[in-house]
Amino acid sequence: MDVIRFRFDGRGIEAEQGQSIGAALIAAGYRSWRSTRRTGQPRGVFCGIGVCFDCLVTVNGSPNQRACLTEARHDDQVATQEGAGRDHLAG
Amino acid sequence: MTTSPAEPRYDVAVLGAGPAGLAAAVAAASTGSRVALIDSASRPGGQFWRHRAGDDGTRQLHWDTFRALRDALERVEHLAGHTVWHAERTEQGFTLHTVNGGAASEVACRTLIVATGAYDRQLPFPGWTLPGVFTAGGAQALLKGHGVLPGQRIVVAGTGPFLLPVAAGLAEAGARVLGVFEAGTPARFTRHPVTALGKLGEAVGYLRTLRRHRVPYRMRSAVVAAHGEATVRAAGVASLDARWRIVPGSTRTLDCDAVAVGYGFTPQLEIPLQLGCATRLDVDGSLVTRVDGQQRGTVPGVYVAGEACGVGGAGLSLVEGELAGLHAGYTTTDTRLNRRHIDRLLRRRAALRSFAAAMHEAYPVRRGWLGWLAEDTVICRCEEVTASEVRRSIVDLGATDPRAVKLYVRPGMGLCQGRMCGYATSWLTAQHHGRGVRQDDLLGMSSRPIAQPVSLGALSGHADD
Repeated sequence: MDVIRFRFDGRGIEAEQGQSIGAALIAAGYRSWRSTRRTGQPRGVFCGIGVCFDCLVTVNGSPNQRACLTEARHDDQVATQEGAGRDHLAG
Repeated sequence: MTTSPAEPRYDVAVLGAGPAGLAAAVAAASTGSRVALIDSASRPGGQFWRHRAGDDGTRQLHWDTFRALRDALERVEHLAGHTVWHAERTEQGFTLHTVNGGAASEVACRTLIVATGAYDRQLPFPGWTLPGVFTAGGAQALLKGHGVLPGQRIVVAGTGPFLLPVAAGLAEAGARVLGVFEAGTPARFTRHPVTALGKLGEAVGYLRTLRRHRVPYRMRSAVVAAHGEATVRAAGVASLDARWRIVPGSTRTLDCDAVAVGYGFTPQLEIPLQLGCATRLDVDGSLVTRVDGQQRGTVPGVYVAGEACGVGGAGLSLVEGELAGLHAGYTTTDTRLNRRHIDRLLRRRAALRSFAAAMHEAYPVRRGWLGWLAEDTVICRCEEVTASEVRRSIVDLGATDPRAVKLYVRPGMGLCQGRMCGYATSWLTAQHHGRGVRQDDLLGMSSRPIAQPVSLGALSGHADD
């Protein structure tokens, strides 16, 4: 199995080729990479198959990517998503 | 949204590459139809045959069937990685609007076979939004699809036979499974006449695996709370009475780092609902598409197979998929159908459906689960709507159906569009009004004109922003 490397909030993460970002983060010991819009609660993978939209993460600057479906790619920059992930758009 | 006057490129488009969709695509292609198989995953198999690249199928069921179907896809155009977000009728058939990564495209077809499967049905409980609490299917998907265990000390809970393969798989992969907590009392099921079908053998095999790993299987018990700050650290497990009310004083705490939970399945009906297909309430309380003996929905040209017309497992899905594929193929190519083979499939369908119905009757959801909720238990995970807010919309604002609840306090308004909370919101509303959940309750939480989020960038032909 080929190993690829990506960054999560600046830290190096190893993933097997074909793994989702969510699976790779769980394998690396992380459980959450999003805080909710209303109460700031931590969230990670729940349904694991793209249905619940709980595991949203920012990948290479694009917010709201489902970590459970998005395949990890070499040199990806993955970041914890705060709220809707579009705070930078607010005045 | 263009309506092309040209002849559609495909006679048959199949949505979903699980057991039903694979069987449908291969059967349709066998009649000489031009077939597209559209699926959002990169590899065929659906949830049932979810696998990793190079997987030899050691821990898969009916892997030979999968391999045969996969090999037969040579005659099918497999559009992997394509998600259908909207379907519309055209003069010639249907146009399916899809996205593939950042790129939008349209697929035109004369007939459509919907085989979109199902996902885990959830009953909320305090703490169920903590990271480390997974759906049963999610825990299994991490393992089957990515080779990753969701935790090291795992509690499995819910109702239905699916908990067994989930727990057995996790234990076989090296996790310590602290128990399988089945809310129902399915023991009666083993005496049901249709269990003579032989499917029980699978369950016995899983129970043997659980015994080998010393995993306790407890009936009439449930995870009624998850505890922790940033992640789950413990699960509250309680004994239940026959109505699923917590037996006072029975709750104990199990230290764990993951919980996998599921209470049956919810079929994915976005596409048939967009096209106007009629539905019914199935024995398990799920909203499903109505189909006839040819797997036809009530809208001409739309066939439905697998869980989307009634949750019944992979065996039934294969039969329904083949029926749908053959009939859609015969219709579009005007070939003669093999009556004897069709009759054989129909007999098998009838037997497997009565098995599924007996199974559903053995694993009903009982109303006592509503008592597990605290005031501040989140019902809608997306919009963070609590049980007390839902109740307030019913009691103070006078909502009489879930759609009104949704408009007042927003459960189901988030990105998942009610997929996670639709069932629970329906229960809460129905219970307050002293009735059971009706088809209309679930329908009110199931309408999704855009089945999947699609970026404006993809629609305008530009890369995702």
